Amino acid sequence: MLAESLALSAALFTVGVVGVLTRRNAIIVFMCVELMLNAVNLSFVALSRVYGATGQVFVIFVMTVAAAEAAVGLAIIIAIFRHLKSVNLKDINLLRG
Amino acid sequence: MPELHPLAETAARFIWWLPALPLLGFLVNGALAFVAAAKPGPADPSATNEHAGTAGGSDAGHDPHGAGSAHHDQAPRHPFAAVASIIGPGVIVVAFGLALAIFAAMRGVPLHEPYVHTLFHWMPVGDLQLDAALQLDQLSIVMVLVITGVGALIHVFSVGYMQDDPGYPRYFAYLNLFVFFMLLLVLGANLVVTFVGWEGVGLCSYLLIGFWFSEQANADAGKKAFVVNRIGDFGFMVAMFLLFANLGTLDYTGLASKAHLLAPGGSVVTAICLFLFLGCAGKSAQIPLYIWLPDAMAGPTPVSALIHAATMVTAGVFLVARTSMLFSLAPAASLAVALVGAVTALFAATIGLKQWDIKKVLAYSTVSQLGYMFVGVGVGAYTAGIFHLVTHAFFKALLFLGSGSVIFAMHRAYHAVQHHEDDAQDMRNMGGLRQYMPITWALMWIGTLAIAGIPPFAGFFSKDEILSAVFARAHGSALADASLLGVHGGTLLYVIWVFGLSAALLTAIYMTRMMLYTFHGPNRTGDDARAHLGEAPWVMTGPLVVLALLSAVGGWLNLPDVVTTLVPLGPSTTLEHWLEPVVAGATARLGGDATHVTMATEEVLMGVAVAIAVAGIAIAWTRLRPAALVPKAMAEPATGLEKVLEHKWYVDEAYDATVVRPIYKTSRTLLWRVLDVGLIDTVLVNGSAAMMRFLGWIGSQLQSGQVGTYAWMLVIGAVLIVRAFAKAGG
Repeated sequence: MLAESLALSAALFTVGVVGVLTRRNAIIVFMCVELMLNAVNLSFVALSRVYGATGQVFVIFVMTVAAAEAAVGLAIIIAIFRHLKSVNLKDINLLRG
Repeated sequence: MPELHPLAETAARFIWWLPALPLLGFLVNGALAFVAAAKPGPADPSATNEHAGTAGGSDAGHDPHGAGSAHHDQAPRHPFAAVASIIGPGVIVVAFGLALAIFAAMRGVPLHEPYVHTLFHWMPVGDLQLDAALQLDQLSIVMVLVITGVGALIHVFSVGYMQDDPGYPRYFAYLNLFVFFMLLLVLGANLVVTFVGWEGVGLCSYLLIGFWFSEQANADAGKKAFVVNRIGDFGFMVAMFLLFANLGTLDYTGLASKAHLLAPGGSVVTAICLFLFLGCAGKSAQIPLYIWLPDAMAGPTPVSALIHAATMVTAGVFLVARTSMLFSLAPAASLAVALVGAVTALFAATIGLKQWDIKKVLAYSTVSQLGYMFVGVGVGAYTAGIFHLVTHAFFKALLFLGSGSVIFAMHRAYHAVQHHEDDAQDMRNMGGLRQYMPITWALMWIGTLAIAGIPPFAGFFSKDEILSAVFARAHGSALADASLLGVHGGTLLYVIWVFGLSAALLTAIYMTRMMLYTFHGPNRTGDDARAHLGEAPWVMTGPLVVLALLSAVGGWLNLPDVVTTLVPLGPSTTLEHWLEPVVAGATARLGGDATHVTMATEEVLMGVAVAIAVAGIAIAWTRLRPAALVPKAMAEPATGLEKVLEHKWYVDEAYDATVVRPIYKTSRTLLWRVLDVGLIDTVLVNGSAAMMRFLGWIGSQLQSGQVGTYAWMLVIGAVLIVRAFAKAGG
């Protein structure tokens, strides 16, 4: 059971990473980040069966942080969209050295 | 201290006051100069304006009226002249009084060990234990008496000579500082204290040569003296390093007790002595480093008398005598010292034959006489060398101050008729001064007879003692058995003796020539200026009288036995007995049994010396025609050998071509263009900046601003870290 859960977690995480690396739309990238977080949550839950409830406590933490992050992140994306009329990451390079 | 030194309870315990007094004078006079310089206005003593107008190459910038004249109150004297005139010479006179008291105390007690007065522990570093300590013994007190005694007279003379100089307190500040360092030099209990004094007198020499620095030539002369002396100081320092490495001490007492650890005649002690002598050659103006001394005449004449004739330039002779425990172990080095001295004596004397500047004649004469002293200390006749040092201080100070009086009078006369372009120091512009300055004329003749070696004047005895010492050692001494560069020592000593005699002949000739051209024959000053010629004030002639007296009777310090048996003039070889505890061991080691010639030989040698001196004076007197001279402005250029001598054998030009210009060239091309601009500026300084800029550019390329790229890097980094952890864990 544990092995299958961890495999699923790894698969979800990989999907998230690939999404972050390949997609250009900021919102999709954002969703992929959420996917990665949830993959980690799944690992926590699965491993809590072996190591105790601490993992489940952490899942609560991660979800809280993810919620806050979603609020801030989406606000930023909206602000960028208002400024640039685009959410394509290719157009967002104000930090170029 | 287990046992109290016999001098510890006497005036000698105030020995530290000797250097402290001139230092005090320096501080006060220096403060005065600073205060005056800070005060703007008509009395502003900055030297720049006053001397720009005086004739180029001329040394004295004086007021047109002179002391004692009715216009004296109008002369632009320095606002602090009165204070400086009291403090400047005052501290030296007091120091001389103290030196006399210490001398009296030393005569009262049996003195076998030097009295070392430690002021504080200076450099306690591991094996190197150096104290700031003063050493009092028979040698240093002789030097102290000469420095403070002759120094005091020259300070008094300066009061008159420099009376209207705008830099009056500055002058006395430098002069006091010089005496301070000179006393430190001769009183130092180890080589390092001596070296501090050695450098200090060099500094003061530089400051005083360039005293009228607003003229380029004077400033250049000061620089030349400083740079040439650095070459010598290099030798001094290397000698100190070698001594410390081999003996572990630099104290004179320590050296005396440990010198036997060095192999006699070995390469180590020979190298140490030769390096020391390089220092001495720089300071005491010996070949090949003598070239700075004639140029040093750019300074005020009393400075030439004090620093460049009587005291500082004799420091090298003193140092050889001070380190005689080392030189006596290195006969080859001692021979080199004597040979260099003899060659210098003869060489400088030939140049002195054809100089027209009265101070240049005396300058080359000084170089020549210093050569004599080195012959003395080189052959191990340390007493004779020091004896000549003392008598030379008397008569050369007299001659220099006398020439100062002459220049003072000449300058005053030219100034009165506004002939600033005429050279007040050129003998072709003088002539017949005897009737205008009879006192100076008579006193300078005493000096001339003394330096020429006419008995019973001082120079005769000291010079004769050196020559007979050379002659005596040519057979059967350790020196005669040694060899230098494959030449047998005995042969060399005879050569040195012949050189010495020839130099004596030339000395008599050029000194008589100087006197003839300056004081005899018709006057060539110019009809209008002639009326203004006259004797200098008494504050200047007074010291001359004292020095003339000393030049006349200075020989009594060390009368040879042969004279006292003929004529009972007084006790014989006084100075030799006095210096015995310091140098007798070294003298015996180099001379063996052959330190004195027999009475009969001595009589013959003396006869030869007198005959040569008389012959020289007679040759000059009969061959030279002062009446045929014309003033400098109308003189024809010399030809042939005369031209070569007038141009000082073209040594300055040769040095310029072989040393100075190659150094300039190397500096300009290799050091400046290649090394400094090329390597350091371009490659190292700008190169490192360019390297940083390049690395920064590479870093900036990573900052694309693309979140995707950053994400890639993040992931790659994370994967690598995970991999590293996995590896470490597994």
